[in-house]
Amino acid sequence: MSEEQKGSVLVAGGGIAGIQAALDLANSGFYVYLVERQSAIGGTMAQLDKTFPTNDCSMCIISPKLVECGRHLNIELMTLTEIDKISGASGNFEVALKEFPRHVNLEKCTACGECQKVCPMDIKNTFDAGLAQRQAAYKLYPQGMPSGYAIEKKGTAPCKATCPAHVSVQGFIALANKGRYREALELFKQEHPFPGVCGRVCHHPCEGACNRKDVDQPLSIQYLHRFLADHDFSSGKPFMPEQKSLRDEKVAIVGSGPAGLTCAYFLAKEGYQVTVFEKQAILGGMLTLGIPAYRLPRHVVEAEIQIIRNMGVTFRTGVEIGKDFTVGQLRKQDFAAFFIGIGAQACKSLGIEGEDLEGVYPGVDFLLKVNTGHKVKLGDRVAVIGGGNVAMDSVRTALRLGSAEPFIIYRRSMEEMPAAKEEIAECLDEQIRIMTLTHPVRILAENGKVRAIECIKMVLGEPDESGRRRPEPLPGSEFIIEVDAVIPAIGQESDWACLTDECACTLSDWGTMKVDSATLQSEDPDIFAGGDAITGPATVVEAIEAGKQAAISIHRFIQGEDLQQGRSREFTNVVLDPETRGKSIPRQKMPHLAARRRMKNFNEVQLGLDEIRVRLEAERCLQCGICSECYQCVKACLPGAVEHETLTKQKSIRVGAVILAPGFVPFDPGAYPTYSYAGHPNVVTSLEFERILSASGPFKGHMVRPSDQREPKRIAWVQCVGSRDINACDHSYCSGVCCMYAIKQAVIAKEHSHGELDTTIFFMDMRTYGKDFEKYYDRAREEKQVNFIRSRIHSVDPLPNDQLHIRFGTEDGKIKDEVFDLVVLSVGMSPAEDMKETAQKLGIDLNQHGFAATRNLTPVSSSREGIFVCGAFQGPKDIPQSVMEASAAASAAAEILSDVRGTEVLTRSLPPERNIQGEEPRIGVFVCNCGINIGGIADVPAVRDYARSLPHVVHVEDNLFTCSQDSQDHIKAVIEEKQINRVVVASCSPRTHESIFQDTIREAGLNPYLFEMANIRDQNTWVHMNNPDLATAKARDLVRMAVAKVAWNEPLFRVPIGVIRAALVVGGGVAGMEAALSLAEQGCKVHLVEQNDELGGNARLLRNTWQGEDIQAYLADIITILMNHPNIEVILSAKIQRTAGIPGNFSTTIQQKDVAQPFTIEHGATILTTGGREYQPEEYLYGKHAGVMTHLDLDTALLRGKVDLKKMKAVAFIQCVGSRTPERPYCSRICCTHSLKSAIRMKVENPSMKVFIIYRDIRSYGFREDLYQEARQRGVLFIRYDMDLLPEVDLDPDGRLQLTVLDHVMGVPVSLHPDVVVLASAVLPNENAGLFEMFKVPVNPEGFLVEAHAKLRPVDFASEGIFMAGLAHYPKPVEETIAQAKAAASRAMTLLARDTIMVGGVVAVMQHSASCAGCLVCLRSCPFGAPRIGKEGIVVIESVKCQGCGICAAECPAKVITLQNFTDDQLISKVCSLMEA
Amino acid sequence: MPNNDFEPQIIAFCCRYCAYAAADLAGSMRLSYPGNIKIVQLPCTGRVDVLHMLKALESGVDGVFVAG
Repeated sequence: MSEEQKGSVLVAGGGIAGIQAALDLANSGFYVYLVERQSAIGGTMAQLDKTFPTNDCSMCIISPKLVECGRHLNIELMTLTEIDKISGASGNFEVALKEFPRHVNLEKCTACGECQKVCPMDIKNTFDAGLAQRQAAYKLYPQGMPSGYAIEKKGTAPCKATCPAHVSVQGFIALANKGRYREALELFKQEHPFPGVCGRVCHHPCEGACNRKDVDQPLSIQYLHRFLADHDFSSGKPFMPEQKSLRDEKVAIVGSGPAGLTCAYFLAKEGYQVTVFEKQAILGGMLTLGIPAYRLPRHVVEAEIQIIRNMGVTFRTGVEIGKDFTVGQLRKQDFAAFFIGIGAQACKSLGIEGEDLEGVYPGVDFLLKVNTGHKVKLGDRVAVIGGGNVAMDSVRTALRLGSAEPFIIYRRSMEEMPAAKEEIAECLDEQIRIMTLTHPVRILAENGKVRAIECIKMVLGEPDESGRRRPEPLPGSEFIIEVDAVIPAIGQESDWACLTDECACTLSDWGTMKVDSATLQSEDPDIFAGGDAITGPATVVEAIEAGKQAAISIHRFIQGEDLQQGRSREFTNVVLDPETRGKSIPRQKMPHLAARRRMKNFNEVQLGLDEIRVRLEAERCLQCGICSECYQCVKACLPGAVEHETLTKQKSIRVGAVILAPGFVPFDPGAYPTYSYAGHPNVVTSLEFERILSASGPFKGHMVRPSDQREPKRIAWVQCVGSRDINACDHSYCSGVCCMYAIKQAVIAKEHSHGELDTTIFFMDMRTYGKDFEKYYDRAREEKQVNFIRSRIHSVDPLPNDQLHIRFGTEDGKIKDEVFDLVVLSVGMSPAEDMKETAQKLGIDLNQHGFAATRNLTPVSSSREGIFVCGAFQGPKDIPQSVMEASAAASAAAEILSDVRGTEVLTRSLPPERNIQGEEPRIGVFVCNCGINIGGIADVPAVRDYARSLPHVVHVEDNLFTCSQDSQDHIKAVIEEKQINRVVVASCSPRTHESIFQDTIREAGLNPYLFEMANIRDQNTWVHMNNPDLATAKARDLVRMAVAKVAWNEPLFRVPIGVIRAALVVGGGVAGMEAALSLAEQGCKVHLVEQNDELGGNARLLRNTWQGEDIQAYLADIITILMNHPNIEVILSAKIQRTAGIPGNFSTTIQQKDVAQPFTIEHGATILTTGGREYQPEEYLYGKHAGVMTHLDLDTALLRGKVDLKKMKAVAFIQCVGSRTPERPYCSRICCTHSLKSAIRMKVENPSMKVFIIYRDIRSYGFREDLYQEARQRGVLFIRYDMDLLPEVDLDPDGRLQLTVLDHVMGVPVSLHPDVVVLASAVLPNENAGLFEMFKVPVNPEGFLVEAHAKLRPVDFASEGIFMAGLAHYPKPVEETIAQAKAAASRAMTLLARDTIMVGGVVAVMQHSASCAGCLVCLRSCPFGAPRIGKEGIVVIESVKCQGCGICAAECPAKVITLQNFTDDQLISKVCSLMEA
Repeated sequence: MPNNDFEPQIIAFCCRYCAYAAADLAGSMRLSYPGNIKIVQLPCTGRVDVLHMLKALESGVDGVFVAG
């Protein structure tokens, strides 16, 4: 494919790895799409409390990165988004994305949190690892970016989707569950005006769809809304819906059944003048004429109709359209539209002999007569024919009228009866007989009156088109029943007398009116129809929905709008997650009036649930949709940001490369019954414990155990849960981070504890292999008294008092036990469950552990070209390693896109700045109400008016939202109009909003530093919510202080300085070569300086990577490439003589061996890769016996064929030679892997050889654990030793090597006679004191270079423009060296990719140079090396190096240095103004 | 002179990266603390000069609190 390359990169995964990759790329000329599945970036790191080994607050250090990502002009955050497919090829991929709805418009959201406050849904807070609850309207965590809320919605709950009226069922239940009955009713009435009626007579399809039916029984949804309605009636002030102002247009509604009434209700809400014409004397249609009062008391119908009457609807009863008035006449009276809701009240005939006899009463006629007060004499034996609700109503009415023995004749079986189950049950309760599989054949007469009915028995045949089995008569089974009356109730049809000639509508073959199915418009445009008249006899709620839809159509028709648009509503049905099902809770039963007390009267049978039962029932809701669509948030959100109807969107973008950093999921220990995790609250995962420790966690940082929220006195950590385990799970690998985080948690837990806290870590091998980890382990053990027990856990069992009993086996084979208050399971890292599927979609390979497959020599390349991987997706790892790889992946992506760098980035164009020099301050103060967040507590108008009284203030105003786009446009206009030259915004936090307002005033031509913020929300109204007066007073103070400072603010200018696009790389080992190559491939000139006469460094001595790749072949390749690369100058046998300059403009002088003159190169950045070396042991007869060698000795000997493995009988490796000692308290990281790899090779080549590894802890972290496993399988023997009893190597009397070590299992000394003893000796940094001093870079006590930040800036120095990689930083294997080298290149490119860097702004400057005494205080105090002594002994501060911390300004004894924007004048003015109230 | 109504005025100098962010977090979490504290944001607590503290006290502030 020869398509054009794209200058943008997609980074998938917003954890720390994704964030770092995105920032590096965006800062080096690429446009980045940062795709994250959750609603905010931050990943797991944001959930952590502290990070090891520095104990930094995790949130504190990640938060600035979140903000930078959120604000970056060239990073587009795409949250709640997933990759669907990647097509195309490296350089030009097409990525199909799926964006799930946030339901909150981020452009409008001000993160005020009002939506969350009103949300009734309590759901598991996944950010708090399930230890707390949150609402469906939520912000993932307070510092989350993008800084906005989201509404978690899984789709629409089946109850709402199934309800014909689409009432937000889950919503009203959630509100009812909180006792918010009025709001619940209001929500119901948004869609449906008859909660009381339907609460009694609805056929409730919602309950049939309720997911709870799969757990126990469906919810009693109908009874719940009945309660709401009854509660509302009894309140004395029933709810009245809000109505729009009265319109002129009139609408006529024919028929006052549920369809007509509903149509009237919704039209009246819209403001129309509605008249309802009813043929009968009473209103309600079938509600009052058909349904008996014992089921639906008349006062309920009347109460709900009264609301409609109160809304201004006119009712005209006893008026028959078609007779008293015609549609044509009404048209002349200016009725603009008609709704025909005449129902279906004409009874269908049975079509049998004797149907017109006296004593035959068609069902609806009979009910109508009774319900309108007419007397009907039936006699005792009454046959009611039919199985529907009309039949049930008729038979029960007959009973109540005094018939002794009314009964039902139904042709199918009981299961097929269409009547409501409850009503059938109530019938049976009332001793009414139901004759099923019986069909009337004829009605027999005596004296013209009914005497008997002849029936035939039926059998069920094949299913018919309705799916029910067709009843067929059984020949010869006829029989006769003596009866006094017959009530056929087999269905109804409509009487269309109302349609006179002036109506152009027509009827269907079934006698229903033909209408458009969506709009209910008939063939005569102003006539609409709905309900039974359209559908034939159906249900109340269907009629209600028809009335509502007709109202919408009529409104649109009258307003001349499109009737069809957006009419079909689609619901994404929720599939219930089995985990959310919960336990069985029985459904609340409806209390009934006892059968004997109801059979002879029309009193209501169902008595209604009381409040207690309502709550118990509401509690049963499974919250299927998560968000219940109760729309409380819509009402609460003043900026109007909530958008419930948004749907999942498909997007497609084109990018040049893809970086995958989707991270990991913590292992779920629920599968291990031995740990009691699933059943005991005090067994928590390590992530849960992080949340317990976190100040923003579920217990606000109080370290308590979940069961009783008391502080534990004894805590245990169980290591390797879900790691190094192929029994309970298939995670054979080591997760690499758990040892350190457990130690950290133990140390931090002790700090949190108010009393003595006993902490014990149960572990197998202690793997503290990272930089400064071993020291942390030592301190934890020795200073903090954390107990470490080398053991295997047998079981964790619950005890009384919520304590836990741990049984464990120790190294010497004993079983012991201890009791703890809290047990933390150190869970490992798992690949996400759907990772296999995702990998398939993305077209990349996974390794056997389910992580991205990579090779050691290309550690960040996936199996698909142009797609890179980093972070825990590549393999379990800690934060610094993830960050390093992220930068490496960024570099790898930039290498292939070098030609299109800068082609897609955005830049801002700005008007020239206004010169304000010489102007008096003219300050504008804008006070934000933040909706009600500030204004609801503090008296904002008072604060605003107060600001007017402050010096220099020329303009004040308050805004509903100062950050909204219209307010910002307004601010710009005001600045211009009033010639304002300084601005104060009193609102939220400058951390999130300062740059927004600075951009605004800059767009108005003001220098951005002429700005100050007063934080009157986060640090005022939010913390003084209960004290409005205090909040108002403090807001005044804060505004006064901001005004006092801004008056002193001066414009600050940042000036561009050119950058030399060239780098100096010092050291030609793997790190130096890889860094040089990456930079060169990115179009940067590289000077690679090596002190030896050849490239390659230590790698020249190595054979294979641990995955088996040939290092010598790799070296040969890369050296050839480097030597011939047009952008690379390799300078061998050379030393650095001196270096000077500022970031972007360094100058370094190099002296080459055998060259007379030193020469100078100019470069923008420097990378130090000065490497390390192997420790030359003094112990174990090294150097004294040829059989004792180091790893490198052995490798060299093997490489040169000097050792014959076939002939050797025994080899012993001794680990930690020179490492983890008091002199070198660090782990050399690579030696265990190296020994394992060598041991395996020996066993492969000579299986009979005895191979021993004498070790302290085997540190085969990550997938290297596979090597450990293989070594054991191949019969390598492992013997452990402790520091206090080292192995001994001597010569036996025969001059053979003799190794003596105490066997750790047997407890007895063992003597071995190996042919060779291999010492896994330490890695030391190369000694480069002079060089490091020249570059002014710090080293730690062990001589390794010190990075700017152990976690988040692992390859940077604190000073700008200089970076590191390789062994000089810390011991590491080849794959990590390569990743780090690429990372250093990436970091350097963030500087070198720019043409210029902007210098100035908030930096330290010399203000009275003449007074500088050259005392060096500033030089010594600056962490960044910004000050230097210039000519004449006066300090010069390199603005480009200055980070604006201001330490030098505070320290300078002569006060000649000041920090711009934080000058003494500014700060003193601000501080002193506090007391000027 | 002991006075039970005494309400001190306290200036808190806070590093923008940690203590100031923590104070914002207190707001996000709707925690509550006395209103006597007025926070001044600094790029780093290293910027705090003895001069600023003394000037504050001289102007009548009752206490100075540095957090970073």
